Amino acid sequence: MCLAVPGKIVSVIEEEALGLRRGRIDFGGVVKEACLAYTPEASVGDYVLVHVGFALAVIDEAEAQKIFDTLREMEQLEELNLADDSLLPPADIGRT
Amino acid sequence: MRFVDEYRDSEMASRLAESIRRRASRPWTLMEVCGGQTHTIVKSGLQDLLPPEVALVHGPGCPVCVTPLELIDKAIAIASQRDTIFCSFGDMLRVPGSSRSLLDAKAEGADVRIVYSPLDALRAARLKPSREVVFFAVGFETTAPANAMAVWQAEREGLRNFSILVAHVLVPPAMEAILSSENCRINAFLAAGHVCTVMGYEEYEPLSRRWHVPIVVTGFEPLDLLEGIDMAVAQLESGRAEVENQYSRAVRRDGNRPAQERIAEVFEVSPRKWRGIGEIPASGLRLRDRYRAFDADLRFATGIGEVNEPSECISGLVLQGLRKPFECSAFGTRCTPERPLGAPMVSSEGACAAYYHYRKAER
Repeated sequence: MCLAVPGKIVSVIEEEALGLRRGRIDFGGVVKEACLAYTPEASVGDYVLVHVGFALAVIDEAEAQKIFDTLREMEQLEELNLADDSLLPPADIGRT
Repeated sequence: MRFVDEYRDSEMASRLAESIRRRASRPWTLMEVCGGQTHTIVKSGLQDLLPPEVALVHGPGCPVCVTPLELIDKAIAIASQRDTIFCSFGDMLRVPGSSRSLLDAKAEGADVRIVYSPLDALRAARLKPSREVVFFAVGFETTAPANAMAVWQAEREGLRNFSILVAHVLVPPAMEAILSSENCRINAFLAAGHVCTVMGYEEYEPLSRRWHVPIVVTGFEPLDLLEGIDMAVAQLESGRAEVENQYSRAVRRDGNRPAQERIAEVFEVSPRKWRGIGEIPASGLRLRDRYRAFDADLRFATGIGEVNEPSECISGLVLQGLRKPFECSAFGTRCTPERPLGAPMVSSEGACAAYYHYRKAER
C-alpha cells in the first residue's frame, strides 16, 4: 500500500489555470503522469519517488536504478498498470 | 544459506547477516511496521538468514488490513447507490465486509472502479457531473498527501459531486498502542520508510525516548531490511535507544514539508478504530470543518453503526505481532486469499497472505 516507485522525469508541465504542476515520468519503460506539487525542486532528468500519482521525494539516480531492479524482481512494477484505465481517458492530472 | 543467492547483492547480504550474527548475544524481538516490509521479509526468506536470537514480528502496517468492518460496509452501501461511481485502490476490493466485498457489489451491478490515484477519481467527477464520485481514502501518512491534494483541488475547482470516505490511519500512535500493551515483547522497531519520506522522523524521537526503544527508519529491499536489523541490534546490544535512519536515500529528518502542510490544511487528527485492534486515540485523520462538504460519510446516510469481527479471525493479534498467522486455527483452511475471514489474508501486504503465498510448504 505504501509502495513508492522511482521514475525519471521526461517532461514537466508547469502549473496553469487551476492545474497542478505535473510531469511525465518514465518508470523503467512505462510512462505515466505524476503530480509534482510536492517536489517543486524537481526538474527534467531528475528521479522522483512516486506514490499513487504523486512525487514525494527527489532521489539519486544510482539509487533509483537499484530500486528498479528489486521492484522488477518483486514484480511490483505491475501495480502501475493495475487501474481500470479503460474506464477513464488517458492520464491528465489536475485540469487539462 | 537459503535464498541468499537470489538477493541482488548476495555478498552484501551475507556480510550484513554475519554482522547481525556477531552482534546478537541474547534474544531480541524486532517489529517491522510496514506491510511492504513484511512482504519482502517473508518472500525473501530473510528470517532464515538471521541468527536464532533475532526474531521478527510483523506489525500493523497494512492500511487495508486495519480498515474497520463498518467502513467497508459503508463503502459497499455507498457504492450500491444509484448514480454513484465508487473509486478505490485495487487492494480494497476483495476485503470482506460483514457480508460481502466491494467486488461482490461490483458483480451485482455497482459502479466500482479501481484507480491508481485519487486524482483519477477527481477526473471521473469532472467528466460525469451528474454522478456522485466517491473515493475510498485509505492509507497511512504516505498516501495522505495525495488524498489531501484531491480534496483541496476539488474545493478549488468547485467540484460538488466529489467526496471521499476517509479511513486514514497514523503510524506513531499505533506503535505507542503496541508498546503500551502488557503483552508487548517488542525490543526495537523498523519504522516504515515511505511514511517517513512524508512525515520525517522527528515525531519518533519522543516515542523512542519514552519507551527506551530503538527505532530505525528502514527501506523495503532485503538489503535495506538486513541493514535496518543490523542497526537496531547494534543499538540494543549497546543499550542505546535512538531514532536512526537507514533509508536516507528517500527520507530526511524533516520529511516533505509541502506535503505535510497540505495534509494539515485539509485533515485534522482524530481518534480512529483499527480493525482487530479497536479504537486508538489520535490515530487517524478526518476532514477539517472547512472540507466537511467532501466527507462521503456525512453526504450519504448509510445507517451503518459499529460492526463486530468474525470471532474465529485472530487478525488483531497478528497485527500487533502477538501471534503468527500459522497459529490461527483457520489459516489456510477456512481462511485463504480466495475466501478470507480477515483482511490480513486479502492484501498482498497482509501478514497472513504473505505466509500463505510464500511459506505454506513449511507449515
